[in-house]
Amino acid sequence: MGRLKAIGRRSFLIGSAAVLGGVAFGTFTAVRPHDNPLTADLSEGEVAFNAFVKLTADGITLIVPHADIGQGVQSAQAALIAEEFDIEVDQATLSFGDPNPAYYNTAFAEEGVPFMSFDESTVAETMRGVVGGVIKMMGLQGTGGSTSMPDQYEKLRMAGAVARETIKAAASLRTGVPVADLRTANASVILPNGETIAYVDLAAEASQISPVTDIALRDPSEWRHIGKPMMRTDTVAKATGTQTFGIDLDLDGMVYASVRTNPRKGGAMIGFDKKYAENMRGVHAIVPVTNGIAAIADNTWRAIQAVNEVVCEWGPAPYPAETAAHWDEVAASFVDDRLDQEWRADGDVDAALAGENKITIENRAPYVAHQPLEPLNAIVRISDGLVEVWTGHQMPRFLQQQVAAVVGVDADSVQFYNQFSGGSFGHRLEFEYIKQATQIAMAMPGTPVKMTYSREEDFVQDYPRQLAMSRAQGIVENGQVTALSLDIAAPSVLASQGQRLGMVTPGPDAQIVAGAWNMPYNIPNLRVRGYRVPELAPISSWRSVGASHAGFLAENTLDELIRTAGADPMEERLRLVNHAVHRTVLETVAEMSNWGVDLGPNRGRGLALVESFGVPTAEVIEISMTDYGIKLDRVYVAADVGQVIDPVNFENQVQGGVVWGLGHAINSEITYSDGVAEQTNYHAAEGMRIFQTPEIVVRGLENAPKIRGIGEPSVPPAAPALASAIFDLTGERPREMPFFKSFDFV
Amino acid sequence: MQLLVNGEVRTVDVEDDMPLLWVLRDELGLKGTKYGCGIAQCGACTVHMDGVAVRSCQVAAATADGAEVVTIEGLGSPDALHAVQDAWIAHQVAQCGYCQSGQIMQAASFLETNPEPTDDDIDIVMGGNLCRCGTYPRIRAAVKTAAAKLQEA
Repeated sequence: MGRLKAIGRRSFLIGSAAVLGGVAFGTFTAVRPHDNPLTADLSEGEVAFNAFVKLTADGITLIVPHADIGQGVQSAQAALIAEEFDIEVDQATLSFGDPNPAYYNTAFAEEGVPFMSFDESTVAETMRGVVGGVIKMMGLQGTGGSTSMPDQYEKLRMAGAVARETIKAAASLRTGVPVADLRTANASVILPNGETIAYVDLAAEASQISPVTDIALRDPSEWRHIGKPMMRTDTVAKATGTQTFGIDLDLDGMVYASVRTNPRKGGAMIGFDKKYAENMRGVHAIVPVTNGIAAIADNTWRAIQAVNEVVCEWGPAPYPAETAAHWDEVAASFVDDRLDQEWRADGDVDAALAGENKITIENRAPYVAHQPLEPLNAIVRISDGLVEVWTGHQMPRFLQQQVAAVVGVDADSVQFYNQFSGGSFGHRLEFEYIKQATQIAMAMPGTPVKMTYSREEDFVQDYPRQLAMSRAQGIVENGQVTALSLDIAAPSVLASQGQRLGMVTPGPDAQIVAGAWNMPYNIPNLRVRGYRVPELAPISSWRSVGASHAGFLAENTLDELIRTAGADPMEERLRLVNHAVHRTVLETVAEMSNWGVDLGPNRGRGLALVESFGVPTAEVIEISMTDYGIKLDRVYVAADVGQVIDPVNFENQVQGGVVWGLGHAINSEITYSDGVAEQTNYHAAEGMRIFQTPEIVVRGLENAPKIRGIGEPSVPPAAPALASAIFDLTGERPREMPFFKSFDFV
Repeated sequence: MQLLVNGEVRTVDVEDDMPLLWVLRDELGLKGTKYGCGIAQCGACTVHMDGVAVRSCQVAAATADGAEVVTIEGLGSPDALHAVQDAWIAHQVAQCGYCQSGQIMQAASFLETNPEPTDDDIDIVMGGNLCRCGTYPRIRAAVKTAAAKLQEA
């Protein structure tokens, strides 16, 4: 561990390796190399070529360990294996697999080092390698931060290639035909005479030989799947109501539960009266859980009805009771002893700002709830020292630890069966609901308990996106932006999540300034500083994490400077942009949108460029003023991910991210009164609906040197692009989300 | 009480005020109909009652007594798709998919009464169905495709 400790002391580990879920240091026992988790269950004649591909006489199983939370990553992972394995995806059984250190995700390292995404210097690459090595050694398994494709792109193709070449070696042994003369297609080996041998018929022989590992991946010109439109594996099920989500599972003898915990999150339950509730029809029991109570019944509705009838006395919130006090704390954080890190210091900002004509700008981003449509739910069964958990989750091994700690067993005694999730947006990074389900199951040994939140409980207990504020000073001269000092204050989402996992997250938190410190501009004098607001109410990663606030704060500030300078938002950004890939993204969106062509009366146009998770993403939004308020007409998006895996799903993800970014920017926030979230259902925080949705035109670019994920990067530019368009249309600058506080929308 | 669900008579013993949603899901095991909000804000629980799209979270079981209820499972199956489901697949609408049963049930009912919807019609009628993943552009396209297909038939 000496090496790890040395790294941990270095501030550039940046609260680190895991942008979603905290740092794993000291949590897992270091094991290297990781054993193949599939080998333990193999019977005679079965073979697991690696942790991802298993072959038996009955069929092919692919392990696709990244959680599918709607982003389609089950399909994408399977396609990567199938590409080299020479099968069709529907010829295999797909499984999320058991939690295992062999499914480490080294792509978390990219957000864990303080280098520009395109910095390929020796020191940057070395640090990525070091952090990635730590992740690998610790076996940090997780889904998030748009890391699935960066993590799996080579790993899964190699897994498929190893399986293919090993099966060919087995076929060669059987037939005497040299491997070089064998081909593979359609899950079969093809002999020179045209005869075929199905892979499954070679399982027994393949199990007798060592996997062939000296393999080169195929040239992209040979790809059959990657980069071409695919049919997602879950499309038919999701159009016919046959996709099983966690909430849909039924186990023999299962009972149903629902909980209510102190709506002042983390506050204590002082007392409760269950007399009425426990006599309601179908109610088995009312049992306490941490800071709350649970009703166990024979039906979900009866459990929810009963839990709402328990009379509870709640303690105070362990955070300021009113939203205004949260903002006061944020506003008081632009001070030296709360400076988290100075991230960018180009030129001489202090000198540039010493003169007159400074422009001062303040912007705000509020708390926002996740609220995927499937309410949080989990099934737990505890019997004879074995703990089984069924739910959809992004951090399987942390889940095992959290549940094990509640029960008082080893993490290895917790079996976790990951499920398709009805959305997450970061919500399924949290563990409270699973810990509660575990506590309820402890009261019902041997009986599976399905715990389901009511929507109201889900809203009130949601740990929202961090609130944040920026204070900036800028100088514009001769139609150009020449200086910008951008300070951003926010509580640390990494620290909040890490604390709940019992982890220390050392060093500054890059998420306070993500999407801002790395703005791809050569402003002659540019400084970006992050200020850490002490923990207020609990917060959690929300689709695009830090860039969801900092991308807005940075681009809305820059856009105001550009417009104040009298410059064109596109031309000035093109003048300032500092990297060829980003330049092409801007040029592409300009071309797509016919930027510069007059839109006519009562119309406005806005632009933003934010890089998040290594993906430069530019969006142009066109809006109109109508009798009913502002109408969103059209959005153009250009994003560079290095390699598009599936253009259909790519477009869907980008469009979804734009809808997510715009909808919440317009109408959603979480506010606290008396320590309780005031928004309790979708009527109060609904996001976008279809009649507000603009046409969204998408183009994926592939100029960047590394493959990146697309689940999040279209979110951050949406809000500032809309703010830019609103200014263009109305002459008034939105400085605070949600925008509906200051502007009317159709 | 007796319910006619997807063409079958089903007998249930539940409170009069138990929402049809929970009768379908927890009493009859029809999991395709989803719980999203419980207050008719999201549309995930949409089913057909006597041919009309309703929010099953707002329909008391007693009200459904004797009515003809069709759920997503009764609309079509993977082997025998309804035209709306077929269009949903062709456009690969779903991301997480949790809202899509309700979206499809809403669209199917809507196209029965308005076989040639305008873009505005689609936006208005589908406006009560929330999709947190933001698949709305594809929902619009799929409704149009389904409308065209139903017109041909």
